[in-house]
Amino acid sequence: MKALRVGVVAESTKGETRVALSPETTAKVVALGYTVAVESGAGARAGFADAAYVEAGAEVVAGSVWDADVVLMVNAPQADEIPQLRRGSTVIGSLAPRFEEERTAALTAAGVTALSMDAVPRISRAQSMDVLSSMANIAGYRAVIEAAHAFGRFFTGQVTAAGKVPPVEQEASTDGYAKATSADYDKRAAEIYSEQAAECDIIITTALIPGRAAPRLITAADVASMRPGSVIVDMAAAQGGNVEGSVAGEVVTTDHGVTIIGYTDLAARLPAQASQLYGTNVLNLLKLMTPEKDGHLVLDLEDTVVRGITVAHGGETLWPPPPVSVSAAPAAQPVAPAPVEEKKERSSLVRALPGALGALALFLVTAFAPAELAGHLTVFVLAIVIGFYVIGNVHHALHTPLMSVTNAISGIIVVGAILQLGTGGGGLVLGLAAVAVLLAAINIVGGFAVTRRMLAMFSRS
Amino acid sequence: MATWTTAAYLIAALLFVISLAGLSKHESSRAGVVFGITGMAIALVATAIVALGSASGLGIALLLVALVIGAAIGLWRARVVEMTGMPELIALMHSFVGLAAVLVGWNGYLEVESGHMELAGSLLGIHHGEVAIGVFIGAVTFTGSIVAYLKLSAKIKSAPLMLPGKNALNLGALLVFAALTVWFVITPALWILTVLTVLALLLGVHLVASIGGGDMPVVVSMLNSYSGWAAAASGFLLGNDLLIITGALVGSSGAYLSYIMCKAMNRSFISVIAGGFGATSSSAAAVEGEHREIDAAGVAELLAEASSVVITPGYGMAVAQAQYPVAELTRKLRDAGVNVRFGVHPVAGRLPGHMNVLLAEAQVPYDIVLEMDEINDDLAETDVVLVIGANDTVNPAASEDPGSPIAGMPVLKVWEAKDVIVFKRSMATGYAGVQNPLFFRENIQMLFGDAKDRVQDILVALPVRA
Repeated sequence: MKALRVGVVAESTKGETRVALSPETTAKVVALGYTVAVESGAGARAGFADAAYVEAGAEVVAGSVWDADVVLMVNAPQADEIPQLRRGSTVIGSLAPRFEEERTAALTAAGVTALSMDAVPRISRAQSMDVLSSMANIAGYRAVIEAAHAFGRFFTGQVTAAGKVPPVEQEASTDGYAKATSADYDKRAAEIYSEQAAECDIIITTALIPGRAAPRLITAADVASMRPGSVIVDMAAAQGGNVEGSVAGEVVTTDHGVTIIGYTDLAARLPAQASQLYGTNVLNLLKLMTPEKDGHLVLDLEDTVVRGITVAHGGETLWPPPPVSVSAAPAAQPVAPAPVEEKKERSSLVRALPGALGALALFLVTAFAPAELAGHLTVFVLAIVIGFYVIGNVHHALHTPLMSVTNAISGIIVVGAILQLGTGGGGLVLGLAAVAVLLAAINIVGGFAVTRRMLAMFSRS
Repeated sequence: MATWTTAAYLIAALLFVISLAGLSKHESSRAGVVFGITGMAIALVATAIVALGSASGLGIALLLVALVIGAAIGLWRARVVEMTGMPELIALMHSFVGLAAVLVGWNGYLEVESGHMELAGSLLGIHHGEVAIGVFIGAVTFTGSIVAYLKLSAKIKSAPLMLPGKNALNLGALLVFAALTVWFVITPALWILTVLTVLALLLGVHLVASIGGGDMPVVVSMLNSYSGWAAAASGFLLGNDLLIITGALVGSSGAYLSYIMCKAMNRSFISVIAGGFGATSSSAAAVEGEHREIDAAGVAELLAEASSVVITPGYGMAVAQAQYPVAELTRKLRDAGVNVRFGVHPVAGRLPGHMNVLLAEAQVPYDIVLEMDEINDDLAETDVVLVIGANDTVNPAASEDPGSPIAGMPVLKVWEAKDVIVFKRSMATGYAGVQNPLFFRENIQMLFGDAKDRVQDILVALPVRA
């Protein structure tokens, strides 16, 4: 049987910069036994030249690749593209079956096997294929950059030639894919968000509930309470937004001077990275579905992951899939509200406080101590510092020998006991000192001997 | 004291520093020990010459007898100790330093009382303060280490002792100690020193008794640190810089190791001291489900086809004495061209670095024994992971279930590997008493029974590769 032909299409969605496979992931798909055809220019906007795909073992075709056995894409096929798919072929993309019932129907009617990368069940085994997570990761990164871009000030406090610049107060609200929570919980969370909003310069929100409109976290009043020049990035704008007043795909500035960024294509704004990760997700799916590594796709509907993403197959709509039954299902935990606020200035002060107090105490003790004690204190403090640096460099594998060596050298207390034997007080003093010498001698000899024995065991291969 | 002894002590102190620095690499570690021994010899000879100048015949005889007996005992213990018994030996040696510090402290007081040492004014006050502090730290170290030794050698139960208001007890003891010290400095009296000593001995017992078995690596490191501070306190008492330097080195060493151990368990030092690991009520997600079993022949088959294997041992491996067949298995697989490595969690043994010594004793080459951080990123590309006698250190709940008692503890991400075999006696929980959702994952298979027997079964079943 001939190996299947995998087609990578040039995305037609407006503003899309990503591509389903990077040259790197292409090579790995080829290694799974497939022949790969890439539409000319498919990777151009992500910075991948056609030549790079050829080098990775793919064929670059000038025309369409919609007739391939397996069509890979980042988005979903448009209404005019679905008819170009061959009956019986497979299309893999982000099909959003939760929202796009019409498209699902069209794909079913076209008789194709439609697999939706954004429907990967959220179980650990499927994590490597979860495009929602990988794209959210990139989007979050980009959100911070967008915020910085729009903010117009330094994030961190800096001392410049023109004077000291205070650091930004930032909040990230990441409920992630939370379950709907109780009313009480919501109320408390809302209070926290309102408090934070008034204090923050930058807010990034990304709370989504699967299959529902995004929860409203920041009200218009919260927005109004922010300082002019503040920036909000609403990563959930496409699903209705967490922030009142955000507009999907656009940047809005309120009368009050607060910028609300509602870009829905944050991941696509880092096209090379996003394509690389998306491609890796697709690759992992293909690995799962190509058990023999022979270039033949096996649709095992018994497999939870495969079943979960199959939207249509053989003229039947298979969405929604049955609920995932995980063998080890941890009881659901309410996700804690996560308004993480960075208050660097204050925390570093608090952290410095014990050190400052310690230094002051040390200063006072030394300043008022007799000269002899002051000298000993100097030696003591410097020896501790040396100790920390020397010990910090000790190899982890040698920590037990380290302990036995320190056992041995702490037997140095024998010096004190010997001197006491020498000055010769009463019989009691001599007796106690002799016992101390004996104990310390056990440590010295035993410690060094056992260390040598241990170190002799370590050998290289 | 003559200047030349000061010079000798300086050289000895430097040699101790170089000795510890030598342990930064395997290659220089043995030379490091030689430096340490040299430093100790120089210090002993210099001290002996000074002491002999003024000592009575009885003093000299006692010195020689004590040295010879002590050396003989030390040498004997070092020869016969099992590597699994290292924690006990080390705990015992901490207790010796602690007791020696108590004795030196008491002598320091008795010498002044008997008029063998004359001090005036503020110097006398400082001297008595130093006696009190030295005796206190020494006594806490002494009894604390004895209790640690008893727990480690299973002579007493390792469960934490839960006295009501135990933190108040500890804190109260510290306050009473401070009061007694002030009192002792102002009006020195034998009975105050006696009360202070007894108080410190009791505090040492209570401090360690109320810490559970799972935290023993931290406790032993902590006592290591205390033994150093005890030596340093004696140094202040005697005005001896060599003792001060050595004590500071040992003290910071133990503190550093405690820090590493705490970080590896994601626990704060204070919470370890406050004690009771098993006692915290957990709101962990309930874990239930089906686990899959595999037999030794099945494991042998997986290993034969693997190109990379990682073994993550826990203390259970040493308990079962399975490290020797594991080393044999490692040799066989490596000879067949399999890339075999070990992933060691910092708290895999009962001491910092304990597992490394146990593996070294079984003749596993040290260059394939890697730290958790060194191997964690490679686990996803590993064909087979063998989890032998480890449980909490490979528990995914630590990173995934915020309600778990071990949440936030860094763990070996074995579940990312293609196949994972967990060697286990039964489905019981680990030291921390936490159920492990790892066992119910889809790429995990359980191999039940005694780890040593099972590894030997695998060795028999392992096909010979061409």
